[in-house]
Amino acid sequence: MPDTLLFAMEATLNGLTAGVMYALVALGFVLIFKASGIFNFAQGVMALFAALTLVGFQSGQIPFAHLINAVFGTRLHQFGWNMPTFLAIPATVLVMILLAVLVERYILKHLVNQEPIILFMATIGLAYFLEGVGDIMWGAEVKALDVGLPKGMSGAVDDITFAWFGYGFYIDRLELWAAGIAGILVASLTIFSQYTKQGRALRAVADDHQAALSVGISLRFIWVLTWSIAGIVALVAGIMWGSKSGVQFSLSLIALKALPVLILGGFTSIPGAIVGGLIIGVGEKLFDFFMQPVIGGATENWFAYMLALAFLLFRPQGLFGEKIIERV
Amino acid sequence: MLYREAGDFKTSYTADSQTFPIRFDRYGYYFLLGFAFLVVPLIINDYWANAIVVPFLIYTIAALGLNILIGYCGQLSLGTGAFMAVGAYGSYKLMTAFPDLNIVFVIIASGVVTAGVGVLFGLPSLRIKGFYLAVATLAAQFFLIWLFTRQPWFYNYSPTGMISAPQREVFGVAVTGPRASAVAMYMICLCFLISLAWLARNLTRGTLGRQWMAIRDMDIAAEIIGVNPLMAKLTAFAVSSFFIGISGALLFTVYLGAAEAGEAFGIDKSFLVLFMVIIGGLGSIFGAFAGAAFLIVGPVMLKLLLVNTLGWPTDLAAHLEIMIIGALIIVFLILEPHGIAALWRTIKEKLRLWPFPY
Repeated sequence: MPDTLLFAMEATLNGLTAGVMYALVALGFVLIFKASGIFNFAQGVMALFAALTLVGFQSGQIPFAHLINAVFGTRLHQFGWNMPTFLAIPATVLVMILLAVLVERYILKHLVNQEPIILFMATIGLAYFLEGVGDIMWGAEVKALDVGLPKGMSGAVDDITFAWFGYGFYIDRLELWAAGIAGILVASLTIFSQYTKQGRALRAVADDHQAALSVGISLRFIWVLTWSIAGIVALVAGIMWGSKSGVQFSLSLIALKALPVLILGGFTSIPGAIVGGLIIGVGEKLFDFFMQPVIGGATENWFAYMLALAFLLFRPQGLFGEKIIERV
Repeated sequence: MLYREAGDFKTSYTADSQTFPIRFDRYGYYFLLGFAFLVVPLIINDYWANAIVVPFLIYTIAALGLNILIGYCGQLSLGTGAFMAVGAYGSYKLMTAFPDLNIVFVIIASGVVTAGVGVLFGLPSLRIKGFYLAVATLAAQFFLIWLFTRQPWFYNYSPTGMISAPQREVFGVAVTGPRASAVAMYMICLCFLISLAWLARNLTRGTLGRQWMAIRDMDIAAEIIGVNPLMAKLTAFAVSSFFIGISGALLFTVYLGAAEAGEAFGIDKSFLVLFMVIIGGLGSIFGAFAGAAFLIVGPVMLKLLLVNTLGWPTDLAAHLEIMIIGALIIVFLILEPHGIAALWRTIKEKLRLWPFPY
């Protein structure tokens, strides 16, 4: 087999695994958009915040140490113990749930019935706020996150592909795990929304706010629930991205990368988020692979958006989105 | 009574449709203009010019431009940073290609170039709207910045990838380059701002502005009553990008002097200008001024308070600043969705009725 084809296949595989990572972030967007019609720009920062909190708990950092030191002139940094991962993750989940409650109480409640664009901007404000809080709470330096997931080249894939093609593909084991976890996440979300009482209530709210209210579903509880789930999805995305490239500010920028994923998949479709993520992941890797000699590298920065833009012109509602109907 | 229409008789239609119908407002406006042109140049120094006044003037132009697009025409754009970069790189290419061309024409021409690019990226707005359009403008943001950092033609193959503004003069006074004085920088920005604000005000209350507002309020209904959505949206993109391009050109040539696209015109600039428009007030000329003033002066004040007075470390102050900006946006959206401009309107209304509000 010619080398170019092999390299292209490797790029495709890498694109698939990268796409899973995009899809993880996009999932959180879709959940909130379905349940409350809010386009939650803060999803990426929530992933960053969750990862920061997890690292902070694991390493026993004192929250707001920097601020306390500045105000009182003390020199606090560490509690002096390390929290094991199996405790730190539930603790972080609790923090994300608390965050959901606060967001509902102090922001969403006051913005009911506002235009979507106002809500969107409120989430931009929330993103900035959370970013500042995260930095003040845990410090802004790049942190390594290790929850015990395997890293490095996957030997099995290398062996198999070497046996088939005489050329071993490089696939990060972490990304294989990410794919598996994303699969479990989607499956459990689907089961939750299809077969549990709260999940059905959630779908009812997504379908029609007023009708759901009139049959006695508490809108506020459902919103807290959705934001909590989105927070947990953000935690999973944060763990994956944090293990891959360290917990740092650029983590929150993956939210921007999730936008074209959403456009492709449609704002309201969970399978769409996955498929969109895969298309974007493969597309940008292959585009970079073939076009790099012609127009230079780093096309990953914009390819996804251009693809989404071109796609929008032909199918404004996305691959799996509901048809947009407008009335005067 | 000071703040009344009473006794101020209008004898012509022109007088009746003026921007400031209340005499007190009018005099206040003339006073401010006089102050800005005659007094400030005498007292301005390098610190004030660099820290507050010049960035305020330049960002006000950008906020005016974005306000036309979002506030008047209802098209959400997150590509402001990139359009500013188009203005900056346009002016750089023009300055280096035509060294004898007057800087004023260079800046206006780079505004025109940006208008062209804006129309190009505004084309999708005919089919898509809302968040989808925001993503389309993100495409502009990332693609253009990539273009300016990766394609050497745009930065004249300079080894650092930076562009730097050579010295140019207006009436024999250096306004760009390292030898430009604070007064010269201030005056050229002020002249551009005043003429553009005048243009924006008059465009938005004319036919074009009414078409934009009709599109904003409901595009299908606007189309039915005879507004051409193609023309309205594209002109909004063109005018808005023209403003933003001029502000980018001024930011690069006059204020920064040297710039690198990814750093100076990244997506955070897009958000900064968006926040100015939201906090100032969507669909208001005054709002652009107020929002820019708020977001330029606020951080400086906060930094002065925290770092210089309380002695906190600068990184902590910077994080607190982001947090406060975020919180303010949420507070404004909840309490006063129409921004500082709406507060100002309420105050004026109260003032008119004072002292008998009932």
